[in-house]
Amino acid sequence: MIWNPNKECMSRDERSALQGKRLHKIVEYVYHNVPFYRNKLQEMDIRPDDIQTIEDITKLPFTTKKDLRDNYPFGLQAAPQSEIIRVHASSGTTGNPTIVGYTRKDIGVWSECMARCLTAYGVTRDDIFSVAYGYGLFTGGLGAHYGVEHLGASVIPAGTGNTEKHLKLIRDLGITGLACTPSYALYLAETMDKLGIRKEDIKLRVGAFGAEPWTENMRKEIEERLGLKGYNIYGLSEVMGPSVSYECQMQHGSHICEDHFYPEIINPTTLEPLPAGQTGELVFTTLTKEGMPVLRYRTRDLCSLMPGTCDCGRTEVRMGRIEGRSDDMLIIRGINVFPSQVESVVLSMPEFAPRYMLVVDRVNNLDTLQVQVEIRQEYFTGVFDTPAAVDQLEKKLATKLKSVLSIAAKVQLKAPNTIERSQGKSAHVIDRRKL
Amino acid sequence: MTVHQLSIFIENRSGTLIKVLEALKAANIQIIASTIADTAEYGIYRLICSEPMRACEELKKANVAVALSDVFALAIDDKPGRAADAVKTFSEAGISIAYMYSFLLRGKGILIFRTDDNEKAVKVIADNQLQSINEADLSELA
Repeated sequence: MIWNPNKECMSRDERSALQGKRLHKIVEYVYHNVPFYRNKLQEMDIRPDDIQTIEDITKLPFTTKKDLRDNYPFGLQAAPQSEIIRVHASSGTTGNPTIVGYTRKDIGVWSECMARCLTAYGVTRDDIFSVAYGYGLFTGGLGAHYGVEHLGASVIPAGTGNTEKHLKLIRDLGITGLACTPSYALYLAETMDKLGIRKEDIKLRVGAFGAEPWTENMRKEIEERLGLKGYNIYGLSEVMGPSVSYECQMQHGSHICEDHFYPEIINPTTLEPLPAGQTGELVFTTLTKEGMPVLRYRTRDLCSLMPGTCDCGRTEVRMGRIEGRSDDMLIIRGINVFPSQVESVVLSMPEFAPRYMLVVDRVNNLDTLQVQVEIRQEYFTGVFDTPAAVDQLEKKLATKLKSVLSIAAKVQLKAPNTIERSQGKSAHVIDRRKL
Repeated sequence: MTVHQLSIFIENRSGTLIKVLEALKAANIQIIASTIADTAEYGIYRLICSEPMRACEELKKANVAVALSDVFALAIDDKPGRAADAVKTFSEAGISIAYMYSFLLRGKGILIFRTDDNEKAVKVIADNQLQSINEADLSELA
């Protein structure tokens, strides 16, 4: 099934023409509404009229996470605040989150893309669909929620946590669709086993899984244990949210909503565009966004693009699985975590030496984050003669970390000079998850 | 009335305890009594030793997280029920004991403990004429 055949199946030429027209318009729009882009374009001696076709995109400057940070909170917003009806936020690389404002039209486009995605999975108005992504600043919950409503299926805003109650609803309501992180899907399966609920007892048939990397093996396991077909969904708040791309019944690459988000693959070092099929950094330009459009936003996700018509009939280019990152970002329980965020918190507390280690693991299919820090000798005073005092200090850091990272981290205090001095960025992370 | 106690942060990892003990050995420090308050991830190693100030400095040099705290030390007769009697006087005065350990020294039982109200504890010890010992007594006894 195809939600919008006019857009999803348009011919290559037709789509290129549409993309070119929209690119010109968006460049003109940001030129007049976002000083950051106007200055950049003027520095490069580019006027909006220089951008007429989609091929002209390579003349445009890139946008990075750092640009979003430097213009915190609303510096890259193009629409006046009165037009913004929703704001989401994702992790920044340090203390400040990345703020993204959406106009009513943006929410409409997002819901449309989400409906395309769900339809590609085979979801219809007859489905009962549970959204078990986090509701809140994270785009997963509300993004999927609006899509299900737009499609016309019944949405169950389950959110995260409260797994047993959720499973009861899945069984009792005959829920047929599920959106969550793949690791949470496995956790659901585990909880089912514990509660003695068999896959024959439930009616789940479609899963929209994303927000973290997963493998074919995980897909097989989820499909087997929950008795459904599991599909990949991809998105990022800087571009829109979930449904920037999604798999179809073929389960072979995720179709990008190309009429709204134009993808490029570049060499992350030279920034040169790479030919189709080669793996490089994924870059997106929003072609229709009003709230916070981005030109050539560097996602840092490494993958390749597959052009050509899919067996499902869609002509939209597909992206392969995310093969890695060109920075040190971690995805933990679906939430983006940068080691630099942890660093900023550790440095703000004089009790700790400026050394730290993130230990990421997966226990019972749930990601765990442990932050190791060293107490400074001069702060280890006589009050630390009981574990209660140590626990209190650990808790103080854990509370601060939670507010910055949006996920809970377990703090482990280490003796002075026991954490290896870092030799580079990755030396701050031990990732024990086996994907 | 009080003696110095070393409180040492020790991770639950093999090799951490021996590092502390080796450093004390190298500095020729005598351990008089010790106890470990252990948790799942680390322990607080509390010890009474000879020359606690110097011991503390030596351990710091060895990169050990160590601190000095003052703890009460009472000498009691080495007979059944004496510890109960001593603790009861604090309990009746409404003072809580945070932790306690004991050892024998020259036929006397020594109770080491910390309370939640040191000022009040000092008064209770004086009022009840409990036999407290200090740093000098310890080294003499040792």
